[in-house]
Amino acid sequence: MSQQAVNGVPSRGKVLTVDNMNPNVKRVEYAVRGPIVQRAVQIEKELREGVKKPFTEVIKANIGDAHAMGQKPITFLRQVLALCAYPELMEDNKFPEDAKKRAQRILDACGGHSIGAYSASQGIECVRQDVARYIEKRDGGIPSNPDSIYLSTGASDAIVTMLKLLVCGEGHDRTGVMISIPQYPLYSAALADLGAVQISYYLDEDKCWSLDVAELRRALNAARQHCNPRVLCIINPGNPTGQVQSRQCIEDVIKFAKEEHLFLMADEVYQDNVYAEGCKFHSFKKVLFEMGPEYSSTVEMASFHSTSKCYMGECGFRGGYMEVINMDPEVKAQLIKLVSVRLCPPVPGQALLDLVVNPPQPDEPSYTTFMKERTAVLAALAEKAKLTEEIFNTVPGITCNPVQGAMYTFPRITLPQKAIDKAKEQGQVPDMYYCMRLLEEEGICLVPGSGFGQREGTFHFRMTILPPTEKLKVVLQKIRDFHLRFTQEFS
Amino acid sequence: NLTCSSAQIASTQLREVTDMSGVRKPYKELIDVCWCDPHSVGVKPLTFVRQVLAACVYPQLMKSHELPLDVRQRAQWLLGRCDGGSVGSYNAQPCIPEIIEKVSEFTTRRDGGVPSYPENIFISTGSQWAIMVDILNVLVNSEASPKTGVLTPAPCHVTSMMSITALGAAAVPYYLTEEQGWTLQVEELQRALESAKGVCNPVALYVINPGNPAGLVQSRKSMQEVIRFASEKRLFLLADEVYQDFVYGENREFVSYKRVLAEMGPPYSDTVELVSFHSTSKGFMGECGMRGGYVELVNLDPAVQKHIFKLISKSSCTPVLAQMALDLMVNPPQPGDPSYPLYNQQTQHIKNMLAQNVKTTHEVLNSLPGVISQPVEGGAFVFPRVFLPPKAIQKAEEEGMQPDTFYCVRLLEETGVLCCPGSEFEQKEGTYHIRYNLTYTSHLLRHLTTFHTKFMKDFS
Repeated sequence: MSQQAVNGVPSRGKVLTVDNMNPNVKRVEYAVRGPIVQRAVQIEKELREGVKKPFTEVIKANIGDAHAMGQKPITFLRQVLALCAYPELMEDNKFPEDAKKRAQRILDACGGHSIGAYSASQGIECVRQDVARYIEKRDGGIPSNPDSIYLSTGASDAIVTMLKLLVCGEGHDRTGVMISIPQYPLYSAALADLGAVQISYYLDEDKCWSLDVAELRRALNAARQHCNPRVLCIINPGNPTGQVQSRQCIEDVIKFAKEEHLFLMADEVYQDNVYAEGCKFHSFKKVLFEMGPEYSSTVEMASFHSTSKCYMGECGFRGGYMEVINMDPEVKAQLIKLVSVRLCPPVPGQALLDLVVNPPQPDEPSYTTFMKERTAVLAALAEKAKLTEEIFNTVPGITCNPVQGAMYTFPRITLPQKAIDKAKEQGQVPDMYYCMRLLEEEGICLVPGSGFGQREGTFHFRMTILPPTEKLKVVLQKIRDFHLRFTQEFS
Repeated sequence: NLTCSSAQIASTQLREVTDMSGVRKPYKELIDVCWCDPHSVGVKPLTFVRQVLAACVYPQLMKSHELPLDVRQRAQWLLGRCDGGSVGSYNAQPCIPEIIEKVSEFTTRRDGGVPSYPENIFISTGSQWAIMVDILNVLVNSEASPKTGVLTPAPCHVTSMMSITALGAAAVPYYLTEEQGWTLQVEELQRALESAKGVCNPVALYVINPGNPAGLVQSRKSMQEVIRFASEKRLFLLADEVYQDFVYGENREFVSYKRVLAEMGPPYSDTVELVSFHSTSKGFMGECGMRGGYVELVNLDPAVQKHIFKLISKSSCTPVLAQMALDLMVNPPQPGDPSYPLYNQQTQHIKNMLAQNVKTTHEVLNSLPGVISQPVEGGAFVFPRVFLPPKAIQKAEEEGMQPDTFYCVRLLEETGVLCCPGSEFEQKEGTYHIRYNLTYTSHLLRHLTTFHTKFMKDFS
């Protein structure tokens, strides 16, 4: 008698079903690539097939993908990477000497002088050394140990790895992880996947999305009832909100983490994207060490950076790293094991990271062009940040905080009650309904605020500020017109 | 939840020996044949692949006519598939759809016309990532009691074992029959399944074909038996086929599990749930550092498949260059293309080298006293059995090492050759092996012969 008959299971029943699969996976949501994006892709297909629409293209302002929106890659970076991919190009005198030198150095650190060889799981040693030197320079000389640097497949990979390491326990003892509302949904997705407890702390929209330690304390104390809070995640500059934390705020957070015995995870991938007057990026590590040994030798922390944002925008390379501070050596040993299961991060991404932390110097041939391109990208973003804030604030029913940094705007929208009701009828969250309507009518793809978390009864959307300035102006205008129409329709 | 297995201790000890900088060594160079990492041991990347990738990274290269026409055309096509025409973009969908179509066309061709559907394929960041993050993560309920079990071949390569235990599942070994060339016996699958009673709840059967470290290439008959077993016992089939390009020996060919399953017809062909893995790391490309691969799903519950694709979108995409490398793997230059002659020459060279190495390694190893090496039918490794003298085993115990680790440490210290000890691979209790990969140079066998002869004498 077959096993199936013995079990009385219908012979065509699947072995793997939604009932017996990992229950955590079912809870995972990732709004940035969620249903609205799927619809956007479908619409693009329809446009290609000649279906008539009120627009000729879909503007995907949902994801922080600079190159997709027309930002040009930095010449120097691509030259070195091309030389690494096909070293025969070293003979080509169209490539500058400093590019060739960098490429040679990277290739010499690779097995068989090829970026196709596996690297050490922690990342190529000389790249980690260069990252450490970059951090030291950035942080005014505070030492950085290459052994505490772990290269990764984008920052997301390192973030998930750290969370995997930190999450444990059962029931009331289950690890609780503090994350801001609103937040970048990688965090909520990862926490759902790991079966960790998400502890939400609200950023203050009225105070330009600033972080208040009193709110951290409130959230933590409430959470202690049902879980074991061990981790505090902070994104600075913020995503989706764009706020750049003040130095004082960072100190307060560090003090809080020490008092409450929390592991700090500082997501700093937008560290070069700071625009507003009076705002400055302060690395958590720098502030920690400047607070003296009482803090710098005790607070456990991991900071994350990536090649996907800033002026490079090289999302497709999946380059990134994390630096761990004050990690228990036994835990470090476990971390090394965990990263070794994936074998190694993509080597082209490691090579790219090396260039980002070791860019052309003033005395090198590529310096002028490099600085010109870098400055142009960051200046354009600053201009677009300002433009976005100005235009949105002219629209009745849209309030937009200044975009101090990062690549997004997260304006608050007022929705008429009738629209909220209509959304409910359709089984949709109100801001999803709003964004879907915008997509269908104007071909603009945004992500509803519900994907990031927001205070009950408030609605937002996240839009990137990446489209080229002229196009952005058109997008802003279309959203303004749509909002007015929408409000009118449901008045 | 990560336990430190003896295997980990073994490789740490080996690595520590290699890190002994400043200590005078009797050898001039380190010959690391632990992994299958062709470029690191001197196998050249394929020119066509690197030319296309370079042109994609730095499109200015396409302006000159120094690159062959087919290179430029392919690079142009690939860049046209990227948002913003740049390899630096994320892409709206985590896997470039046109490349998935090419993969689907590839598997259809490879499998003699068995249809392949793009919606059942996704691109992964290397096969190990896919196995652990994308598939096992969905299969394994870490809160389940008893634990989820996965039947795994013994011997088996260490990363898959680690993936399984890291997720809170239990690996249930089924032993391949060494004396018969590492064949897979269904009776042994049965025994393994029964041994799991009361210990864990087996839900999946993991097979590696061509094998690693064992160099078997399964016969169609054997594969049919596995499929029938999976069907009867309601097991989810995971087929790791990354070495499919490496098949040696006269009467051996690689047939994919998907093909065998389809050819068996109903009820198997439309009920057995199968996931197959392939990668750009192995084969002739050997692009391990790119971290590219693909996964093909057959007969999965549509609701489950939806969750898998949702997870993939969350991990924000395989590197774009890796996706392009995948396209080049499944759609290489054809006769008549300008790059074909060189491409063919380079792949033939690798093929010939491997075939030659398989032959000489078999002869040399089997001529050594106390060494028996099964014929290597496929894959990238040779896994000879070493019958260690009792004195050596004792010495190893004294030094706190597994006997084959001790052997490998000594081998490294005296010759600079770094092999993996069999104790890392879940070998049968009381047996000892070493593993090294077949993309080696002639020095290796010479060193090994000299060392082994001396070792056996010293411990006789």
